[in-house]
Amino acid sequence: MNERYEYNKNLAQMLKGGVIMDVTTPEQAKIAQDAGACAVMALERIPADIRAAGGVSRMSDPKMIKGIQNAVSIPVMAKCRIGHFVEAQILEAIEIDYIDESEVLSPADDVYHIDKTKFKVPFVCGARDLGEALRRISEGASMIRTKGEPGTGDVVQAVRHMRMMMSEITRVGSMREDELYEEAKELRVPYELVKYVHDNKRLPVVNFAAGGVATPADAALMMQLGAEGVFVGSGIFKSGNPAKRARAIVQAVTNYDKPEIIAELSEDLGEAMVGINEQEIKILMAERGK
Amino acid sequence: MKIGVFALQGAFAEHEHSLDRLGIQWKEIRRLADFTDDLDGIILPGGESTTQGKLLREEGLLVPVKEAILGGLPVFGTCAGMILLAKKLSNDENVYFDAMDVVVRRNAYGRQLGSFGATLDFKGIGSIPAVFIRGPFVESAGKGVDVLAKADGNIVAVRQKHMLATAFHPELTDDLRIHTYFSEIIRGKL
Repeated sequence: MNERYEYNKNLAQMLKGGVIMDVTTPEQAKIAQDAGACAVMALERIPADIRAAGGVSRMSDPKMIKGIQNAVSIPVMAKCRIGHFVEAQILEAIEIDYIDESEVLSPADDVYHIDKTKFKVPFVCGARDLGEALRRISEGASMIRTKGEPGTGDVVQAVRHMRMMMSEITRVGSMREDELYEEAKELRVPYELVKYVHDNKRLPVVNFAAGGVATPADAALMMQLGAEGVFVGSGIFKSGNPAKRARAIVQAVTNYDKPEIIAELSEDLGEAMVGINEQEIKILMAERGK
Repeated sequence: MKIGVFALQGAFAEHEHSLDRLGIQWKEIRRLADFTDDLDGIILPGGESTTQGKLLREEGLLVPVKEAILGGLPVFGTCAGMILLAKKLSNDENVYFDAMDVVVRRNAYGRQLGSFGATLDFKGIGSIPAVFIRGPFVESAGKGVDVLAKADGNIVAVRQKHMLATAFHPELTDDLRIHTYFSEIIRGKL
């Protein structure tokens, strides 16, 4: 791979141990930065509202994204639709720091993902298991996150996806080398990526948790399950006291293995976002783009 | 020798890996209780300086670590670590450890599209590979500061007595010479 791809993987390494927050206005972006977010995701509507509004959901207005870029000094990410490489070109043109080719938006292509190797800016993509993760990486993603089920405040799917990924990594890690060729065929990914996972017992890129994280305990749970950092979408600005909750989640990610600290952080946070259970939702966003 | 690696946020595992390869002992520092007096030096890793600065304050680490650095504890900061060590930032009101007599510009090369790699001439070491990720540079350095490397005319590595800072990330390359250089500062050989 080229040097640019290495620098893009490196930026994800700098985000580790951090929280990336969904924001819809420059004011929210500042609240997120002040609370200790390591990056923000600029979007017009947070996933919970996308879900409520229904209809086709697209890339945000570049002007709105630029407003957020001007408001903060931390990296700014933005979402484009799965397969919509022109939306990605637009985001690259406004010098976004990371593009999320995201199932939260309505997919623009039901067969092909974006050929991310054609871009200089980095991409993060969602995955539910090792095969999806490695397919996105072979297309040029330099960071992976679980899909979870965005906009629900229900962490069950993020947990399922992270556990699946981790157990598959362990399985590949314990295989005989001559079994890796067949595994690559099964996963529909290049042999070299399977070999990397086998040799290093991890993905070749940074792996965050996303989708349904609403509390400091949720964030710490994902970290203990093996996430290297956390995306929080609707969980913060759909809650009673966003600034306080954001701060608590940032500290919970740093102290994810210290229950006595997370206990303190969980006090008096006000109303958490009202969740929707997986059985109650009409659209399973995680089913988009495999 | 035992080095404390600040593990509040960012690429601390990469520094630990470099230290492992050099056979140097390390421990992670996340809270005040971890900051014990058996440390011979500390490393401030890359990451987001606003995030790390905020966590340093909230964990009650900022003042005790600053006092230890000013008292002579050897420190090596990379990227965000350089920002935390500076006495002044030219494009940010925040000051953290207020220790090195340098003025640092955050995100001096712009957004991620400005991230780059280069080969630099590092004083006392020679030619080294350097990776800059949304990196800062030093706009001006005080009299007691030794400039160790420049990239395109901008100062990107500095030393002031027991304090070492680079705008780039030696921990992201296989080259261990800057970590070795830091260990020599700790041993009092440099």
